[in-house]
Amino acid sequence: MFIAQAIRDDFPIFKRKVNGYPLIYFDNAATTQKPRQVIDAEQDFYENHNANVHRAVHTLSQEATELHEGARETIGKFIGAKEPAEVVFVRGTTEAINLVAYSWGLRNLKAGDEVLISLMEHHSNIVPWEIISRLTGFTIKYANVNSDGTLDYKDFEGKFTKNTKLACLSQVSNVSGVINDVKRVAKVAHEHGALMLVDGAQSVPHMSIDVRDLDADFLAFSGHKMLGPTGIGVLYGKKALLEKMAPFEGGGEMIKEVSYSPQSEGCGISWNAPPWKFEAGTPNIAGGVGLAAAIKYLQRLGMADVFQHEKELTEYAVKKLQNCCTKLALYGTTNPALKCGIIPFGVEGLSSHDVALFLDNYGIMVRSGFHCAQPLHQIFKLQSSARASFYIYNTKEEIDRFIEVLKEMEQF
Amino acid sequence: MSTVQDYVARIEGTCGAENDIIVTFKYEKKQEALDHILKKAALKNNLSGIIFELAFEGMSFRVYSSGKAIFRGIKNRAELDRILAALLL
Repeated sequence: MFIAQAIRDDFPIFKRKVNGYPLIYFDNAATTQKPRQVIDAEQDFYENHNANVHRAVHTLSQEATELHEGARETIGKFIGAKEPAEVVFVRGTTEAINLVAYSWGLRNLKAGDEVLISLMEHHSNIVPWEIISRLTGFTIKYANVNSDGTLDYKDFEGKFTKNTKLACLSQVSNVSGVINDVKRVAKVAHEHGALMLVDGAQSVPHMSIDVRDLDADFLAFSGHKMLGPTGIGVLYGKKALLEKMAPFEGGGEMIKEVSYSPQSEGCGISWNAPPWKFEAGTPNIAGGVGLAAAIKYLQRLGMADVFQHEKELTEYAVKKLQNCCTKLALYGTTNPALKCGIIPFGVEGLSSHDVALFLDNYGIMVRSGFHCAQPLHQIFKLQSSARASFYIYNTKEEIDRFIEVLKEMEQF
Repeated sequence: MSTVQDYVARIEGTCGAENDIIVTFKYEKKQEALDHILKKAALKNNLSGIIFELAFEGMSFRVYSSGKAIFRGIKNRAELDRILAALLL
């Protein structure tokens, strides 16, 4: 098991102070800090290997291509993909889901079809489907969430019909940290002939994932939430599905041939094979290299230990928070067995923004607002919430300091 | 002659159902802005010199030592501009 205090030296940002206090970063569900190894990998790419990929025969281009495709291979192995071709580089989870919505949904969903989505989803797993449903006329069914933030499996599974074509579910809620049994839901989806899209933005960074074990048809996640750079993410898709899907954007890289016919005065176009069919234009090469470095960093720690470390922090924090302050409320389930290292909370008499600004004064960063999950806040009957979220470099000592500051808020 | 723009860096809606408006003061002018506001508005509550709950013209709002203010129940931008002018100038 790694020691969080020891690995903090890898993260240059922890050398700084905020408002005169040591930085305590509890906004990891939004984005994570970057270790020196990731920063160095990106810098090394630009200093020593920078060139465009796939398009030249010169040495630098070959090096860049090897790094780029090598990153794809590293990522594919990390999530248990059958082959690297199942890994599509995108900007992040949002773009990954939009890619499925436009490339698959727009062409395969019609009036009478149904897409099943849980009410705990991030807006990025709701809004693309709402947009496409307005274009093609399919129906979206929303599955309930229990008052403690756990998924109502009976409701979700009961809403599958012969018309259900797709089920969309986050593996971990970005608000409550609740872990969903996506493998169970995928099985039910497949029994009904539907596909399963898993939003892995809050799970892939924190636990071992095997897409083949989950039997997910699509998995979307972001690099920046797992120590990697911003602007790089992944859509995993089963190869057979990716092969059948239409391109997302048009341009270079995603085509095999564009041939002008003087007879018809038009262009005949054939698509490249997946994953390049979905990667129009010059990709975020350095971002992919950085993400591969982030994955290697996490693999060195061991994903089982990453999960265990966050579990211990969550158990420790929940136990202390439940007894520390009379004005403090924890939202959603507090059972650490059901959740990851995300704790939504509020302080009586203070808005979530008051709480975040007060903590900020002491160098403690937490999120406030809806966290892009307004429907779940409606279920919790909350106008907004504050959210503390942990990662590999967080410590129990930081949680103690966080609680000290929360106690001070009770004087308001 | 000072203007509200001399003090204000950004005005945004907060995230959440509260529909509050958050005003971020320019870093180099934040202390001056806070001093003006604290002089003109009535102090209702104060948490560790970090959060100040204030009343002004029958409206309650909060100011933060980090250089922000959150207003609730503001009808429109014109009303906010008028209140900021009255507090800052």
